[in-house]
Amino acid sequence: MDKFQLKLYISGKTPRSENAIRNLRHICEENLNTQYEIEIIDIIEHPELAEDERILATPTLIKALPPPLRRLIGDLSETEKVLVGLDICPYQPKSPT
Amino acid sequence: MSMTNTSLINSVEKLTTGIPGFDLIAAGGLPIHRTTLVAGTAGSGKSVFAAQFLAEGIKSHNEAGVFVTFEEPPEDIRRNMVSLGWNISQWEAEGKWVFVDASPHYDDDELVVTGTYDLGALLARLQYAIGKVNASRVAIDSVGAIFSQFQETRIIRLELLRIATIMKQMQVTTVMTTEREQEYGNIARFGVEEFVADNVVILRNGLDEQIRHRTIEILKFRGTYHHKGEYPFTVVPEEGLVVVPLSAIKLNQKSSDLRVSSGNQVLDNMCGGGIFRDSIILVSGATGTGKTLMVTEFIAGGIKTGERCLLLAFEESREQLYRNAKGWGVDFERMEASGFLKIISAYPENATLEDHLATIKNQIDRFKPDRLALDSISALERITSNKGFREFVIGIASFVKAHQLAALFTATTPDLIGGKSVTDAHISTLTDSIVLLRYVEMENQIRRAITVLKMRGSMHEKLIREYTIDGQGMHIGDPFSEHTNLLLGGAAFQPKALCSNWQALSNE
Repeated sequence: MDKFQLKLYISGKTPRSENAIRNLRHICEENLNTQYEIEIIDIIEHPELAEDERILATPTLIKALPPPLRRLIGDLSETEKVLVGLDICPYQPKSPT
Repeated sequence: MSMTNTSLINSVEKLTTGIPGFDLIAAGGLPIHRTTLVAGTAGSGKSVFAAQFLAEGIKSHNEAGVFVTFEEPPEDIRRNMVSLGWNISQWEAEGKWVFVDASPHYDDDELVVTGTYDLGALLARLQYAIGKVNASRVAIDSVGAIFSQFQETRIIRLELLRIATIMKQMQVTTVMTTEREQEYGNIARFGVEEFVADNVVILRNGLDEQIRHRTIEILKFRGTYHHKGEYPFTVVPEEGLVVVPLSAIKLNQKSSDLRVSSGNQVLDNMCGGGIFRDSIILVSGATGTGKTLMVTEFIAGGIKTGERCLLLAFEESREQLYRNAKGWGVDFERMEASGFLKIISAYPENATLEDHLATIKNQIDRFKPDRLALDSISALERITSNKGFREFVIGIASFVKAHQLAALFTATTPDLIGGKSVTDAHISTLTDSIVLLRYVEMENQIRRAITVLKMRGSMHEKLIREYTIDGQGMHIGDPFSEHTNLLLGGAAFQPKALCSNWQALSNE
């Protein structure tokens, strides 16, 4: 299985940002073993990176790999939606790729 | 912040938009450092307003701008605005215009919402863009589209409010456009106005007697004055939005007491020594009474004294006008070649009245005439509603006054004998002088009569004179001293004219 490359865009160290980071780490640990990399980008410090990806909402999670590219917005508190959204989806027999 | 061109109205400073006519009805411009909501139905000109707000900032005040687009991708906007004369790519290269591209992604249907969020990234990008070019103007077009990208209406409304608040702190002036579903009714979809709108401008694109009629209205400016009501506007190639300010135009136009020749010595005498420099003469007459001849003499008279003349012809082609004028001994072709005369010939139906008005304004601005002739105003009347026509006449009257032109308009009366005319009733109060040309039936003959009905600010002759037309032009002769009812039709021989007839005429 390809390694998951995940980029999480947050705007500053707000409670919502902290929630999103914690939720993401938790979901990855539970479902992806070690097969993932997380990059956290604070768009307050790097607005040009938000510009490059044309991000509007924060938090935004981009799954760069494996394809297809996915974008999730919100603090990732609705675990089931995150799993489906990232094509991890343990509740369905379909393979992630 | 770069320098801003402001004027102090009440306590709220205004930022001039540069949109022709708008600043007049806005009593100076948009409230500075505030957000103004520009609401309109599809195709009402919202995006043009937003882009022009930035374009004018760049062109007239050297102020940079940021354009946030939620709907069209930047490349579409760049392409669409070229026809309005705005080279956005060049401004981008010069660091005067920056796009924040928030238009939908190809993969936006993949967007999954997994909890609470905000538009922090949009705001960060906007702030970054403002800082990059030191912008003082921001356009956000249009917020309706963001509600279709993000379903959580409450969040988006709050975020728009946050953006407006931060724009204020950053001391930029913002135009935010939004959709309306109908011309009259709720200000905007999604209740946007309740959040952002201390200032609301509405663009309308309605039908008035089957004719498209664009108007702009300032609904509110918190804490500062603006003119009320709807004002017509049009979108002109190479220029953008042009608002026709009409009643906002100060009616205390300074009037000149400098007199110039009408081109006909006898008519000058009848007018008390010539016509006034900044006045409009309306020449009213049935077909064939010599209205176009009066236009020709008016222009020839101007050019003889070195004045520049603009002739707007809505009834005849340039070639026909050349030929007519030649028949009266006036060489329009040579006058045009000399650069003192410019003839613009157009079919009334080729454009809306607002577009004609914008063209006329444009020509006056560029050619800078001393005299303006319009032949005939009745031809324009048939392409619009009564209200639209009156607005047109007021608009053109305002240019005449603003540029201190001597103007002559012709109006065609439908009746051959006598003279009832809707046109006259519409516009007679807006013209300074009225000259009547009438056929009179007398002893089994059709003869022609001329009189000066009105001459604002001057004594004038009250007599009705006979005139004839030949290869040298118009010859005004002696008064019909022993007939009455000449102008009302059915002239009767009577040694002494009755004053009561004049009263009837003036009430037309």
